[in-house]
Amino acid sequence: MTEAYLRPDTLDEALAVLADGETRIAAGCTDLFAATARKILPGRTLDISRIPTLRGILHDDSGLTIGATTTWTDIATAELPPACRGLQLAAREVGGPQIQNRGTIAGNLCNASPAADGVPPLLTLDAQVVLRTKDGERSLPLDQFLTGPRRTAREAGEIVVAIRVPAEALEGAGHFLKLGARRHLVISIAMVAVRVSLVEGIVQQAAVAVGACGPVAVRLTQLEKALVGQPLDPHLVTDDLVAQALSPIDDVRADAPYRAHASAELVRRALAQVTA
Amino acid sequence: MTLSFTIRGERQEVETDPHRRLSEVLRDDLGLKSVKVGCDAGDCGACTVLIDGRQACACLVPAGQADGASIETLETWSGGAADRLRDAFLAEGAAQCGICTPGMMMAAAELLSASPDPTEDEVRTALSGVLCRCTGYASIVAAVLSASRPRPAETMPAPGQSVGAPVRRLDGRPKVDGTEMFGADVGPRDALVVRAVRSPHFHAAFTLGDTAAWAVEHPGVTVLTAADVPGVNRFGVIPHLADQPALADGIVRHLGEAVALVVGEASLVEALVLSTFPVTWEAHPYSLTEAEGAKDGAQLLHEGRPGNLLIEGRVSTGDAETALAASAHVADGTFRTSYVEHAYIEPEAGIAWLEGDTLIIAACTQAPVMDRDETAKVLGLPPDRVRIIPTATGGGFGAKLDLSVQPLIGLAALKTGKPCRMVWGRGESMLASTKRHPGTMTARIGADAEGRITAMRFDGAFNTGAYASWGPTVASRVPVHASGPYRTPNYRATARAIHTNGPTSGAFRGFGVPQAAIAQEVLYDDLALALGMDRLAFRRANAFVDGDRTTCGQTLPSVGLADCLDALAPHWEVALEAAEAHNRGGGVTRRGVGVASCWYGCGNTSLPNPSTVRIGITSAGRLCLHQGATDIGQGSNTVIAQIAADALGVPLDAIEIVGPDTALTPDCGKTSASRQTFVTGRAAQAAGEALRALILRQTNLPETASIRLSAGRLSVEDGGTRQDIDLAALTSDSHGYVLAAEETYDPPTTALDADGQGAPYAVYGFGAQLAEVEVDMALGTTRVLHIAAAHDLGRAINPTLARGQVEGGIAQGLGLALMEEFVPGRTENLHDYLIPTIGDMPRITPILIEKPDPEGPFGARGLGEHVLIPTAPAILNAIRHASGARITHVPALPHRVLAAIGKARHGT
Ligand SMILES: Cc1cc2nc3c(=O)[nH]c(=O)nc-3n(C[C@H](O)[C@H](O)[C@H](O)COP(=O)(O)OP(=O)(O)OC[C@H]3O[C@@H](n4cnc5c(N)ncnc54)[C@H](O)[C@@H]3O)c2cc1C
Ligand code: FES
Ligand code: FES
Repeated sequence: MTEAYLRPDTLDEALAVLADGETRIAAGCTDLFAATARKILPGRTLDISRIPTLRGILHDDSGLTIGATTTWTDIATAELPPACRGLQLAAREVGGPQIQNRGTIAGNLCNASPAADGVPPLLTLDAQVVLRTKDGERSLPLDQFLTGPRRTAREAGEIVVAIRVPAEALEGAGHFLKLGARRHLVISIAMVAVRVSLVEGIVQQAAVAVGACGPVAVRLTQLEKALVGQPLDPHLVTDDLVAQALSPIDDVRADAPYRAHASAELVRRALAQVTA
Repeated sequence: MTLSFTIRGERQEVETDPHRRLSEVLRDDLGLKSVKVGCDAGDCGACTVLIDGRQACACLVPAGQADGASIETLETWSGGAADRLRDAFLAEGAAQCGICTPGMMMAAAELLSASPDPTEDEVRTALSGVLCRCTGYASIVAAVLSASRPRPAETMPAPGQSVGAPVRRLDGRPKVDGTEMFGADVGPRDALVVRAVRSPHFHAAFTLGDTAAWAVEHPGVTVLTAADVPGVNRFGVIPHLADQPALADGIVRHLGEAVALVVGEASLVEALVLSTFPVTWEAHPYSLTEAEGAKDGAQLLHEGRPGNLLIEGRVSTGDAETALAASAHVADGTFRTSYVEHAYIEPEAGIAWLEGDTLIIAACTQAPVMDRDETAKVLGLPPDRVRIIPTATGGGFGAKLDLSVQPLIGLAALKTGKPCRMVWGRGESMLASTKRHPGTMTARIGADAEGRITAMRFDGAFNTGAYASWGPTVASRVPVHASGPYRTPNYRATARAIHTNGPTSGAFRGFGVPQAAIAQEVLYDDLALALGMDRLAFRRANAFVDGDRTTCGQTLPSVGLADCLDALAPHWEVALEAAEAHNRGGGVTRRGVGVASCWYGCGNTSLPNPSTVRIGITSAGRLCLHQGATDIGQGSNTVIAQIAADALGVPLDAIEIVGPDTALTPDCGKTSASRQTFVTGRAAQAAGEALRALILRQTNLPETASIRLSAGRLSVEDGGTRQDIDLAALTSDSHGYVLAAEETYDPPTTALDADGQGAPYAVYGFGAQLAEVEVDMALGTTRVLHIAAAHDLGRAINPTLARGQVEGGIAQGLGLALMEEFVPGRTENLHDYLIPTIGDMPRITPILIEKPDPEGPFGARGLGEHVLIPTAPAILNAIRHASGARITHVPALPHRVLAAIGKARHGT
């Protein structure tokens, strides 16, 4: 028996489909299809790729709104403020061009891999995840949306419609560094994103996030506090300040102590390069 | 649901389930077979197509999501840019096996439409989502970069000048136009599909439950088990050690071993949930490393192999221990290498059907005749009732020497009477195929105060996995080669192949020699450092030269190693200076340079391995070369034809290639051991010369005469005298030829005695590589910047193909050194198991040294495996030169390098 494959043109239709029983949301399918060895995507499917209002980036006084199905290529090639530089660099590191052409920002967040490259830069942008049901809308800070490895706060019936970045978080400049055992198409051993705003050489805002070193990517708030109010100095980043925020594991890519050490080094480099 | 796509500018409708992968719909419903499936996970990019002009992995797109879109595949892509890129791929040798070519070209198509004259960086970025395991990417980058420029049509070499000419691959056109047929591409669409039920345990006893009842619950599905195997359910490449069941019988010895087959229509079988198949498992203790397997009390895998020891090889000469004790300098160390996966982009696939009472199997392979004999044995058929027609093979590198799908689809076809096909998924391929042997090697090498090598001890334990496969070859090759191509008067080397419940280790480019070279070449750097000698000069001083004797006591008549090292010398000086200059600048990265050599005997070790080649002329004037050497991308179809053309004295394009096909081509043995150019080449040369002699005899013209073929006529001319043979007037032989010759060549070798003394190979090839690397001292990451590779291949029959071998071998060597580590049960995919991408490959300077070998055809030696051997040790030595980190465990993953840097700094 063939299950329904629904590909509506409007968000309202999509929300109605979702309210109508167990349904899998399909965006770029780069995570969904990669997770199964089967020749078909199993189950009733809601394909949201044809809903125009879900794709694109809007920049206004209140901040930035990135539609859920905006692809990594869209993000990499968009004109965005320097604060989004980290997100744009991350966009070029998500898989290869084929993946970037189809993989979406919301898919990356909803899949909730500990190694999702989109998460650290969005954490440094204080991103909010906007969710809709047919009855209404709510917004969650990204760190509350991601509740664990492969777990999110999304409820059945909800579609992530957008990622919001508030205007305050668009200040300063961002950067992103990814470390893997090969150049392309690589699951991160660790990746870091930073965003720093300076006034007369003094750090006003500092946002630092590290991924692939724990169940979810995290902001390094202790470290951020140590940076604010000082001239920007990567040497303030000690291995300890970074390590205490992380809970890395050993896997086939690297061991835990290495991850902690490498993260600290990457944070120092990202801070050194962010304004350069 | 009805889906519609725009293809070649026209709307095409397909009635299908929109949840299906677009790759499947394009291949099966629309016949667009250029869309290759290498992983179904987005990892390999073989399925790359353009959707509305943008590159996408068709395996990740539900067909329903492409509804209404315009789709471009390699076979539908046309126009000037397409023609130029196809030409460029052929001219640069950018398609070797060709399985990645459609994906590469479609990725390039996206780029070229936006930027017709791209930069190298743009090319590398655009192609970064497609993996190639054959070429090392250099030729692909060159092809895309040059695609904007028209190039002149190829001119074929004049008669007698084919050997040495960089002609395009003769079988290349289908690879670049998308029509090449690989294992998964052949046969009727409605063939039955075979899937295997596989073990979830590393080691277990099992009993099958009520399979008949299960089959009843799944109408239309046939179940086959070991009980259905009509012949001897034991295969293996070395007959007296054959130990591998086609379907396990009561016990499984590795993860993923097949215990049953389910056969039926595609829609039924693909939907089956095989975890419901009735099997009761009783898990046994298991071992996964050579140390665990050899431990006292380890669970034994096979009867009659105490200590899990499959075999031990040994070579001994002089008195190594005494000489080491007397040496001025001794370097020693223990080295570990990991399981390495072949990771060809084409997973195993094929189709079997019956024609009369002959079972025909069309599948990817490196060894058609061995496939025939082993499959016949398992299926209880005489060999002449099995015919193997190799499909195009999308890479092999050794693992497609062993049987894969052949006995399984053969059994299914026999039992059902219908065509049956089997296409392994990536995970299945990685579970069931062989690997490179992991090794733990302990070695000591001594040198005198002047820097002459005095002695070497080497003991290697190699994890041979669950079944014998090519373990014995590794055990025999390693002790012969572990000295490296250097004079070593006192020597004792042993290699043990130890069974474990890891995947079966088999043949992989170099049969254990690349692993042994790591130990030997790192220790050579230790010695050079201790001696205060330049590392290249130290090697040059000890390198084999003409007339030297190997540790087996064999005299080498012709050695081009010194030429190779000398060719590297200028690069060495430049590289050392560049590294020093970089390092003077301080900074977190440090550069270093390393060098290593290789040698490798071509053909089987002390065992017969003949090739037979037939050349015939039909009454119509067609010239057919029966060429049984399977071309898995390395180029035999072209190289053997070049040799035959010159031996016979005809232009290359006069030759039509027949085969390989066990019904049409005499046995040319297997494509392994770097033997085809040498052994089949010699047979082709002999057949060409024999046919020429026959023709000259018939026309009574001297050796200087020229031969020309035209329709129905053969003209022989010498200095104004011309003789015509009216071919139509002659009678045909049983093969349909009016004039023909068939010749066999078997390399002259001798058996090795208990100390490994004798002449194991008739031809050796030599080489040396230099690597320049940059190590990040804070992250432990390594970037290889440049590799100069000098290889003595005797005679470059086809320089373009030879360079392709060098570049591709280096890519695999780089993977071995820096990233490839197969962990059983954890890395059975291409995102946890990493092979080099286009961005990981350095600039490569191939240097072809042509010091003729007296035995090889036109002086040629083998090359295919040699090229991989020096890469890893050269890189490791460069890492150490840069950073002080002495790496003894590959791959040199960043955390290992960083730990080794720490150790070097603190001396702990
Ligand atoms: C070869 C390869 C390489 C990759 N490399 C990287 C990498 O380097 N870094 C990285 O971070 N990721 C990588 N990925 C993962 C993946 O490409 C990204 O996570 C991508 O952003 C996922 O987006 P998608 O639209 O394809 O998600 P989909 O596969 O369509 O969906 C993923 C999940 O999110 C849900 N979902 C999607 N959209 C919504 C929505 N709007 N509302 C609610 N739920 C939704 C789906 O139901 C599903 O559970 C790689 C994947 C592949 C195949
Ligand atoms: S990426 Fe699609 S088959 Fe490998
Ligand atoms: S030519 Fe690229 S994989 Fe074989």
